Amino acid sequence: MSAQTTTTSPRTQVNLVGLGKTDYKGNPSTLCQGCGHNSISSQIIQACYELNIIPENLVKFSGIGCSSKSPTYFLNRSFGFNGLHGRMPSLATGAMFGDHTLKGLAVSGDGDTASIGMGQFKHVLRRNLPLVYIVENNGVYGLTKGQFSATAELGLELKKHGRNPYMPIDIVWEALASNATFVGRSFAGDPKQVKELIKAAFSHNGLAVLDIISPCVTFNNQDEAMHSYSWGREHEVALHDLAYVPPAEEIMVEYEEGEAKEVTMHDGSVVILKKLGEDYDPTNRAEAIRVIEEANTGQVLITGLIYIKPEQMSLIDMYNLPDTALNRLPEDRLRPSAKTIDKVNAMMF
Amino acid sequence: MSSAQTNISDIAEPTQRQITNDFSITVATVNGSGSQTSNLTMMRALFKMGIPVSGKNLFPSNIQGLPTWFTIRVNKDGFLARREESEIVVAINPESFAQDLDSVNPGGVFFYADHIRQSINRADISVYPMPVQKLVRESGAPSSLKDYIANMVYVGVLAQMIGIEMEKIKQALEFHFKGKAKPIDLNYGVVQAAAEWAQENLEKQDPFRVEAMDGTHDYILSDGNTAAALGSIYGGVQFAAWYPITPASSLAEALMDYLPELRKDPETGKNTFAVLQAEDELAAIGMTVGAGWAGLRAMTSTSGPGLSLMTEYAGLAYYAEVPIVVWNVQRVGPSTGLPTRTAQGDLTATYFMGHGDTQQIMLLPGSVNECFEFGWRSFDLAERLQTPIFVLSDLDFGMNNWMATPFKYPDEPMDRGKVLWEGDIERLAGNWGRYRDVDGDGIPYRTIPGNRHQRSAYFARGTGHNEDARYTEDPQDWEMGLDRLKKKFETARGLLPLPVIEKMEAAKIGIIAFGSTDPAVQEARYTLAEAGIPTDYLRVRAIPFSPQVADFIRQHQRTYIVELNRDGQLHQLLTLEMPDQATSLVSLAHIDGLPLTAKWVVNALQEAEETL
Repeated sequence: MSAQTTTTSPRTQVNLVGLGKTDYKGNPSTLCQGCGHNSISSQIIQACYELNIIPENLVKFSGIGCSSKSPTYFLNRSFGFNGLHGRMPSLATGAMFGDHTLKGLAVSGDGDTASIGMGQFKHVLRRNLPLVYIVENNGVYGLTKGQFSATAELGLELKKHGRNPYMPIDIVWEALASNATFVGRSFAGDPKQVKELIKAAFSHNGLAVLDIISPCVTFNNQDEAMHSYSWGREHEVALHDLAYVPPAEEIMVEYEEGEAKEVTMHDGSVVILKKLGEDYDPTNRAEAIRVIEEANTGQVLITGLIYIKPEQMSLIDMYNLPDTALNRLPEDRLRPSAKTIDKVNAMMF
Repeated sequence: MSSAQTNISDIAEPTQRQITNDFSITVATVNGSGSQTSNLTMMRALFKMGIPVSGKNLFPSNIQGLPTWFTIRVNKDGFLARREESEIVVAINPESFAQDLDSVNPGGVFFYADHIRQSINRADISVYPMPVQKLVRESGAPSSLKDYIANMVYVGVLAQMIGIEMEKIKQALEFHFKGKAKPIDLNYGVVQAAAEWAQENLEKQDPFRVEAMDGTHDYILSDGNTAAALGSIYGGVQFAAWYPITPASSLAEALMDYLPELRKDPETGKNTFAVLQAEDELAAIGMTVGAGWAGLRAMTSTSGPGLSLMTEYAGLAYYAEVPIVVWNVQRVGPSTGLPTRTAQGDLTATYFMGHGDTQQIMLLPGSVNECFEFGWRSFDLAERLQTPIFVLSDLDFGMNNWMATPFKYPDEPMDRGKVLWEGDIERLAGNWGRYRDVDGDGIPYRTIPGNRHQRSAYFARGTGHNEDARYTEDPQDWEMGLDRLKKKFETARGLLPLPVIEKMEAAKIGIIAFGSTDPAVQEARYTLAEAGIPTDYLRVRAIPFSPQVADFIRQHQRTYIVELNRDGQLHQLLTLEMPDQATSLVSLAHIDGLPLTAKWVVNALQEAEETL
């Protein structure tokens, strides 16, 4: 029963907690071949493997939609809850109080987060629940067969629904406006960056949003569509080359003075942001808003660690909870002693 | 000289008869003027004199400015339901003055603030003016407090005129202001001055008086929301999420008041609980479901509109089998309805709460003591049955003070239900399934996130799942799962609180009721028995019904179902449950937003008996 028990053969490569890649696997995906979500699932597996996360120490959440089905495709040994459409943030909020030593990983979509779930999304951000919150953003409803989502760009043409007449919602911008403490944007076609961002997100003590453009090959992958593979490949501009260095590990990434920025995370890990173009400081919120505004007007898919504020208190930290998980407390710590009842009755008139 | 004062001399001969400890007082004031303090002070003082007393606050949905009424009933025999009549009316609000004057029972008493210059045209009652403004001026209170202490004038005048003991008023004020000398002295000073003024200037012309007795010795005064919160704390509540709504807010607020005192770890100073104000009721129940799934004793509290918003999650919790407790402090619907008035109108909405085939379990507390008891018991039932438990209180319980016996420490250890931890999974060699009916009672075993055994995890979902919690659309799996839930619902019947049955000799007819109508039903039974109609009485305390309910109905020629809603919802559920008995069930349903009176029950039942 120890966590180190592995289902892999002795020959397979294992990580520091003795687990092989298969220990992080889920069921076979039932999503379409080539779906961006499958690529993200693979990077979640890879990131958790590399971070030496024991699956039992992680809990998964999702809402409803193609994206929200994906938690069954990774980390079978982790508990998970596939909740209601747009209501995953509240479910995760309550559940994370059960055992505060667990890591939380949530997967949502653009419909689940930016349409039906916008309210809960904004509120979980402002509360800073410790949770990695991935939005698999493809601008379209897949399971209900090709309707516009709230992130679909103005003028997008879809087979059945014609031209989108409405302005889109930008998830990164919404997150910044709601006092998010960790905001990243990436592209399923850039798996290395996705993985490094996920690793950094797990080191954040608070809510880490990753808005990942994840093309829907069936309903919204036309070359000119802003959530397609080809558009992403042609328009992606990474803010930096991102490398995650775990706590207590020597920084091996080589770079020249002034070429990179180091961000120290809550758990002591370091994210190295190697300069690609202009200087970018992800701890500056005004800068973050500026690059998003420029990217949107300039029709550019800006990716990377857009904003981080590592020092903000997380929701769980605000509650002065015991070291023991709440869900392990025995009866005598939950029910006040019999002698208190007289005191309570004396408090009444 | 106002026309009102001229009228005093016109009053009919004062009666010699004394009426002691058996009448109602209604105080008409302006919402937000602090009159609640004065009214509670009077009520508490009467209680401390040993006189059985009840108080009902009939208030508007408003912060400040609209008319509000508070009714106090004293009754030496302990009948404490609201009455429609008031023998004593205190008029402080010019706006409702004429209506208040009209409402005095013939032979009753009318106290009024003498700056209200309106004519008083009743010769059949005693009328006393009160120099409210003069006494406030003389009190020396700072102008910011004048409005508040103005209401202490009527406390003093009534104390003098009907005989409320000043010492008990002092005790009530000490309690209310938590021993803070300054407000106690200021308020008590006004009460004293008003009593002295009344002694010097008013001549007693009416028969109503109170007299100390020994009728409240073994009681406390508490509202149902406080009782529910305290009960939940003794039930080990670990997580509560809520959203403000009348009349449920004070339940969560009471949790926040008492939890730090009762549930901080003495050694570490750490909290063994978390209370979170959510952004809406959807999120409140969502958080509760998350916490319940993660092994915490989790609750939320709400009322009508909030309950509607919670429907989707209630269905998920039913189907995914997540233990949670939902307190519904009922108010008047449909829609926003009457937010500050009481009802028992959410029975059917709760029973069927959720789309598809859902069946929810309800507890129906019938006293403030049961609000406390169901506070802790609901967690045991939720975890035993792995399903939401809805506790249906109402505004009358939740926001009014009631006489209650002292709260009793839970007499049963906690029941945490069927939970498998690491050792259990190891013993089972990992061979377990989240939704397998191992014991034949429809209740499966569950594991909880944080269980570190590598075979402990499962993926919870609201989508179709098989016995091992795997996604499935298989017809057989689906039907089997739903049938097991039905079986679990049947198991619940035997675990829920039994009805309370009270019999009378030679009774041929029965009454079934629940919740806060109990005092009205009890009093009505007394009156009906005097009129030659003895009745048996069954008070339902949980749904699904115990088999005792069907037995009771079969034992009576007719059974009247008394409830505070339009459609006779308990009657509907009973009819569904026992269609063979439908013709013997008669619905006596009523909804006007006010607590039920015995008079209404008596009249409705007698009328029904006559038309048979």
